[in-house]
Amino acid sequence: MSELLDLTAAQTAASLRAGEVSTDELFDHSRARAANDDLGAFLWVAEDAPPPVSAQAPLAGVPLAVKDIFCAEGVPSTSGSRILEGYRPAYTATVVERLAAAGAPMVGKTNMDEFAMGSSNENSAYGPVRNPWDRERVPGGSSGGSAAAVAAGIAPWAIGTDTGGSIRQPASLCGLVGLKPTYGSVSRYGMIAFASSLDQAGPITRDVTDAALLFRHMVGRDPCDSTSLDHPEEIELPQADRLDGLRFGVPPELSGEGIEPGVLTVLKDVLGRVEHLGGTVNETRLPHSPHGLSAYYVLAPAEASANLARYDGVRYGLRAGNGDLLSMYEHTRAEGFGDEVKRRIMLGTYALSSGYYDAYYGRAQRVRTKIVADFASAFESCDFVITPTSPSVAFRIGERTGDPLAMYLSDYCAVPASLAGLPAISIPGGLSEGLPVGIQLVGPAFSENRLLQAAHALEGAIAFPTGPPPT
Amino acid sequence: MSSVADRAYEPVIGLEIHVQLSTRTKMFCGCALSFGEEPNTRTCPVCLGHPGTLPVVNAEAVHYGLMIGLALDCELAPRSIFHRKNYFYPDLPKGYQVSQYDIPLAAGGRLGDVRIHRVHLEEDAAKLVHSGASGRIHGAEGSVVDFNRGGTPLVEIVSEPDIRSASEAAEWLRLLRATLRRIGVSDVNMEEGSLRCDANVSIRPAGEATLGTKAELKNMNSFRFIERGIEAEIARQEAIVRAGESVVQETLHFDPASGALTPLRSKEEAHDYRYFPEPDLVPVAPTEAMVGRAREALPELPAARAARFERELGLSSDTARLLSFRGELGDYYEEALGAARADGGADPTALASWVTVELVPRLPDGDPSASRVRPDALARLVSMVGAKRVSGSAAKEVLTAMAEDGGDPEAIVAERGLAMTDSADLGAVVDQALAANAAAVAQYRAGKEKALGAIVGAVMRETKGRADGGAVRELILERLSQ
Amino acid sequence: MIEREQVLHVARLARLLLSDEEVERMREELSGILDHIEKIGELDLDGVDPTSHVIALENVLRPDEPRPSLAREAALSMAPQPGDTGFGVPSPGS
Ligand SMILES: [Mg+2]
Ligand SMILES: [Zn+2]
Repeated sequence: MSELLDLTAAQTAASLRAGEVSTDELFDHSRARAANDDLGAFLWVAEDAPPPVSAQAPLAGVPLAVKDIFCAEGVPSTSGSRILEGYRPAYTATVVERLAAAGAPMVGKTNMDEFAMGSSNENSAYGPVRNPWDRERVPGGSSGGSAAAVAAGIAPWAIGTDTGGSIRQPASLCGLVGLKPTYGSVSRYGMIAFASSLDQAGPITRDVTDAALLFRHMVGRDPCDSTSLDHPEEIELPQADRLDGLRFGVPPELSGEGIEPGVLTVLKDVLGRVEHLGGTVNETRLPHSPHGLSAYYVLAPAEASANLARYDGVRYGLRAGNGDLLSMYEHTRAEGFGDEVKRRIMLGTYALSSGYYDAYYGRAQRVRTKIVADFASAFESCDFVITPTSPSVAFRIGERTGDPLAMYLSDYCAVPASLAGLPAISIPGGLSEGLPVGIQLVGPAFSENRLLQAAHALEGAIAFPTGPPPT
Repeated sequence: MSSVADRAYEPVIGLEIHVQLSTRTKMFCGCALSFGEEPNTRTCPVCLGHPGTLPVVNAEAVHYGLMIGLALDCELAPRSIFHRKNYFYPDLPKGYQVSQYDIPLAAGGRLGDVRIHRVHLEEDAAKLVHSGASGRIHGAEGSVVDFNRGGTPLVEIVSEPDIRSASEAAEWLRLLRATLRRIGVSDVNMEEGSLRCDANVSIRPAGEATLGTKAELKNMNSFRFIERGIEAEIARQEAIVRAGESVVQETLHFDPASGALTPLRSKEEAHDYRYFPEPDLVPVAPTEAMVGRAREALPELPAARAARFERELGLSSDTARLLSFRGELGDYYEEALGAARADGGADPTALASWVTVELVPRLPDGDPSASRVRPDALARLVSMVGAKRVSGSAAKEVLTAMAEDGGDPEAIVAERGLAMTDSADLGAVVDQALAANAAAVAQYRAGKEKALGAIVGAVMRETKGRADGGAVRELILERLSQ
Repeated sequence: MIEREQVLHVARLARLLLSDEEVERMREELSGILDHIEKIGELDLDGVDPTSHVIALENVLRPDEPRPSLAREAALSMAPQPGDTGFGVPSPGS
């Protein structure tokens, strides 16, 4: 069984179809590994085998690790928060349901930054997650549990969510592929909301093929999500190994100041490979992207301050207080939320409050318009924008916890695509200081097929190992 | 310049009305609307505000909203959006109400003499049931939330401050209610809360254009309370101003039992709702098809119908309003009128008066469609009265019989022998009465006109009311002048 | 720099009870973050429309067809203070 650890999900599916292993055996194996996980990656592991899955199903019965932000009927779903301790939803998220129906049963729920607020997974109420590449380092966040689980070979693949980089950044820090789809292409129903106009679910996988395979079964309009729509294209499994004729734009704003030298070295190396594969590399300006982080840290907390108002101790979850109404609200929320969540609720409430709306929320929405326009004009002269995914490699646990702003800067390169609602993929570009460095490709809305093809071609040239990291 | 004390003041009143729409399901989820079901049996993860759930707009609520906008002569917004209105209260499961704020569905309309400021869609709150003995909020031990009502579709209608008295406010609200009932978008039942009215009241020196500081009167649940509440508030504000003080902006609760106005405990920070666009919903941009469908669904509205009844049928304004504000009576009346016209009988005014004065008290639960009196049968009865084939009092007896057992007026008249005594027979009865009342005849001839009554009475007694009083009188005078 | 009073006001709006120590820490952290964010004040954004949705969808509507509601026991099963028929809460104003 242990040889399965080196396989991608697609390869595992092939061995299931070939009858080399049964879906039940595989699920049990995966479940046992998740239960013995010592990275802190799992918050819940399936006790029962799933309903029988046919190896002929599209996803063949390859077990899936699911970020704890997704609701699953009867299964603890905490979004990494104490305030939802013991909460068991009465319904299942559309994405989880679709993937299970396609043959990817949920094997466990993965750890995450509380309500997806964080870039290191240190903000979970249930403890940090360790990076399998270096256990003293963070796996990134907020989908840190999903990334660590896949990187360590505990789960063949996982789903996460990305609001301002929460799929791409942990994928980058753990040497994986992470796709943040076009906003609206994947249903948000059943995904516990952080910032509704930005949240999007996507795959975290060992290679680009797996990302395409999983994504193919996640997309599509959901009548339960008014902001979802059908992808205009059938998602294909990428085959490309060349980049002929494709133009890659490098925005100086996201590939210079503030980026670690080792990360820039990997970027340079990858750009060389782009040209070697027949692509062209040019500078492309995204002039407002340096302001993306500011706009993001107004808009996302503002939406979050409303999204998290429902945690009030009335209908589910934690309740505290001394018996009067105000005390119930204030104590429940003080005890139930961690520091980072409180910080963002405060920030968002402040930005929306009377007298400050125009200066903060209103301006941030206008910056968002500018960022959308920047990308639109960039795509007139290039097919993809290419940047580092994260300004740094995985940092040490505790290194940035005392400085929220330093933590927020982890999202610097990821946030512009989130604000513009564009698809973006992070693939491993190489190593710096022995740690993975992710490279991000951003494409126009609904260009996932082209993005996956380009990422596939690059992946072949980079030849980053898909197995668990050397220990 | 007149002193503060004897200046005349003019009230300025605007109304804010919340209307529960009578769709089948809630505004943003598939739960059926609740009509007195057991508490918390009409809920789902969406309307309980569970994590991860999302709202989806009910198409019929939008349709009803558009109908209301059109009925109130509004401009429909080409693209309206939803906002979140943030505040904490146990009856608000998400911690925000989804409501239209910046760009309402419709705006700038008019109903009667009052301009409409805006019409927008939103969701209702749940019901907080106070378990304390008093039933009021204060002093209760604990409360229980029932989420059945939470998420019911609401349309909020805000008038301009064009109303100048408490009675005008009640009168206008009656017109609004009749209009909403006519278009069939709500039960408009004030006691049950499907129509709820708040009033903004201020006063200003008569003739001035600026607005005074307003107070808001909350949730007055009957026409009578609205009138009394507004009157009390006008009096309160006048007393304040005449005493040389200023009205402060506040929200008041009117207690109909004591007539007192008490400030509602102000929800802290109630004025900082932190509105922002609801990211979970996309804009509503009514297409031509949507607007067309809403327009086609609109029947003739009460105000227009009343005007038509006055103009084309010559009904008095009171009768015309009665028939059109109660649309089902108007429908009954028009059906009867159609039948009458088909056989060339019944005068519209007489028919209207028979419907409003005689039929209404004989209706089961005030519902003409449940009556056993068919509109065409009433029309024939009224025609018979007009043709003097039956007297008015006999016709009332016939109507009572029809209301109880249904049936045909001609048959009932024949069966009960109620047909008007014909003129040959009547002549003989009159001659007899004149002979038998010689004293009265003598008094009449001596100039005592009242004496005639005794002779008429004798004829009516003899004919058992089947004679027409007017005809009898004429006949007596004819005989006496010979 | 934001004031202590502003922190307290915002905390009350958000129904978050903060200890004195948290109020001070929040004041410093929020001030630092807001200083950074305020750089967007330097941009010329005259005539730029705000973006609240990046997708061009309109009229996403649901047919008015009832779907089954939760059984009351199920709805109440997750409540911190379930009563026989509803969700118990402290009375407002008590
Ligand atoms: Mg309202
Ligand atoms: Zn519901």
